[in-house]
Amino acid sequence: MTGRALPALGWAALIGAFYAFIYLPVAVLMLFSFHDGRVPVPPFEGPTLDWYGRVLANGKLIEATGHSLAVGLLSSAVAVALGFLAAVAFARHRVPMRRTVEAMLVVPLTVSYIIIGLGLLITMNGLGLSKSLLGVGLGHVVINLPLCFLIALSQMGPAEARLEAAARDLGASEAAVLARITLPLAAPALIAGFFLSFTLSWDEFVIAFLLTNFDVTLPVVIWSMLRTGLNPETNAAGTLVFAVSLLLVAIVELLVLRRRGAR
Amino acid sequence: MSRPARLDAEAISKRYGAETALAGISLHVPAGSYVVLLGPSGSGKTTLLSIVGGFTVPSEGRVLIDGEDVTATGPAQRPTATVFQDYALFPHMSVAANVRFGLSMRGVAKAEARRLATEALALVGLAGFGDRPIAALSGGQRQRVALARSLVVEPAILLLDEPLGALDLHLRRQMQDELKALQRTTGRSFVHVTHDQEEAMALADLIVVMNRGRIEDMGPPERVYARPATRFAATFMGESTILEGRVQMATDGRAAVETAEGRLVVGGGAAAGAEVALSIRPERLRLAPGDGAVPVATATVEECVFQGGFVRVRARTAAGAAVLAKVPPEAAPAAGAEVRLFANPSDIVLLSEETQR
Repeated sequence: MTGRALPALGWAALIGAFYAFIYLPVAVLMLFSFHDGRVPVPPFEGPTLDWYGRVLANGKLIEATGHSLAVGLLSSAVAVALGFLAAVAFARHRVPMRRTVEAMLVVPLTVSYIIIGLGLLITMNGLGLSKSLLGVGLGHVVINLPLCFLIALSQMGPAEARLEAAARDLGASEAAVLARITLPLAAPALIAGFFLSFTLSWDEFVIAFLLTNFDVTLPVVIWSMLRTGLNPETNAAGTLVFAVSLLLVAIVELLVLRRRGAR
Repeated sequence: MSRPARLDAEAISKRYGAETALAGISLHVPAGSYVVLLGPSGSGKTTLLSIVGGFTVPSEGRVLIDGEDVTATGPAQRPTATVFQDYALFPHMSVAANVRFGLSMRGVAKAEARRLATEALALVGLAGFGDRPIAALSGGQRQRVALARSLVVEPAILLLDEPLGALDLHLRRQMQDELKALQRTTGRSFVHVTHDQEEAMALADLIVVMNRGRIEDMGPPERVYARPATRFAATFMGESTILEGRVQMATDGRAAVETAEGRLVVGGGAAAGAEVALSIRPERLRLAPGDGAVPVATATVEECVFQGGFVRVRARTAAGAAVLAKVPPEAAPAAGAEVRLFANPSDIVLLSEETQR
């Protein structure tokens, strides 16, 4: 009995330690967003929602939230659209220098954000463009396009190709095949790609920091708040950002799971 | 949309790199016939169907529908419709929307399309199923939806790629009868691919036996069964006893063939001295002489299997040739017994030399 219980207990402890290591900092951050005191250090006092009230009254934070939303929504939409079209090309048509082009599409996944940000900064300087949210959006398209492309491509296998052939056989033009068959079949994957892109854009810091001056995104504002010292208001802002990301990931998970369940 | 049409495939070849899928085959199908392409996997039957449907471009040759060359025409513009092996129903549409799809692509007005789709579903026995999602249907029902979806656009030629392959035996036999009835009511040509010889014989007006990218035999099922043209046709479509021999003498349509079992005189043309094979269907072999039957072979019985109406006798000649006979249960020999087998000379088929290779 104990011979079995002991290893099981050991595993439980190990796994517990693993999750504690990952989530304890987040939990502490969240806990001290409710802290009734000026500095987020133990012992915990409260709880209070004062800091959340301050966050919502903070014009800079609200403005940055708007910027983050705009950059996230637009860049994700562009990444999904381009990724879908690229996937159609690769799955269904002859692409010249296929391997090279595909590699170049996917490579941004492996390039660090600072390199992408620097590259964009230098290019925009060279073109005489000033730092702006547009640059951040472009950067986020660059980092999210490979993801959207791969997710869309995974939904265009031989089974889908047969459905497209069947549609053509029934008289559908290429445009009709795309609109009535390919796009609806890929829709769950595209929605998942959109939410994942948005999540990544939502809390991306490096590119947003390098490419903005005055109009900044949420992570950049939070970073500048940190520079003036620890403050439960930062915790509250961080908690809200984290909650939005968590919500989006949950939506993606639900979409993907529902699709698997249907099969 | 279109009238029934005749189909001509002329000298069709298809090569994939060094692989030859079809080696210059020609096929002529009168309007309104039920054609079955029968062959093992890799025989090229599906490739031929795909070329007729416009999904595959032949390396050589032409496809004509009602005399019009459609070789370069895509599937959307051809007066053909295909029932795919996996049915290829659109999973994101209801049953009725699947059936209406081809109509809406042809610009048929909505109300009219709805009416035609309802009719088509009734035709295949699925009246009232229109609102169901595809995922809620059984295999047999999906098969019917695929049929309705293809038939509703009134193709001149309906192409069926192993349409019954995914169904269980009972359902397969039932759908087989329904397919034949549908073909009669619609008056269209059906071109049906299968590897099931029973299905082929039950359905076809014209059977095309294919092997390795060639047509081995082509004709009405009764003729192909009774007098197969080649050794492949004799053994793939039903079973046969094959006896090897050499032509001793050949005179106007008759040949004397010397086999290990003795000399047999059969109908058919062959050059003297040629190595040939003779084929006899199992139900044409008898264990007793009479009615003009001649002795064919002497063999030792290896196995008798009772199959209800008859007993299937497997035997082997002294020279090692496998012999297969179907005899009445009361005439069944014992295993190990030596039997003499007789057949009417007209039931002994001289197989074409071409495939002896």
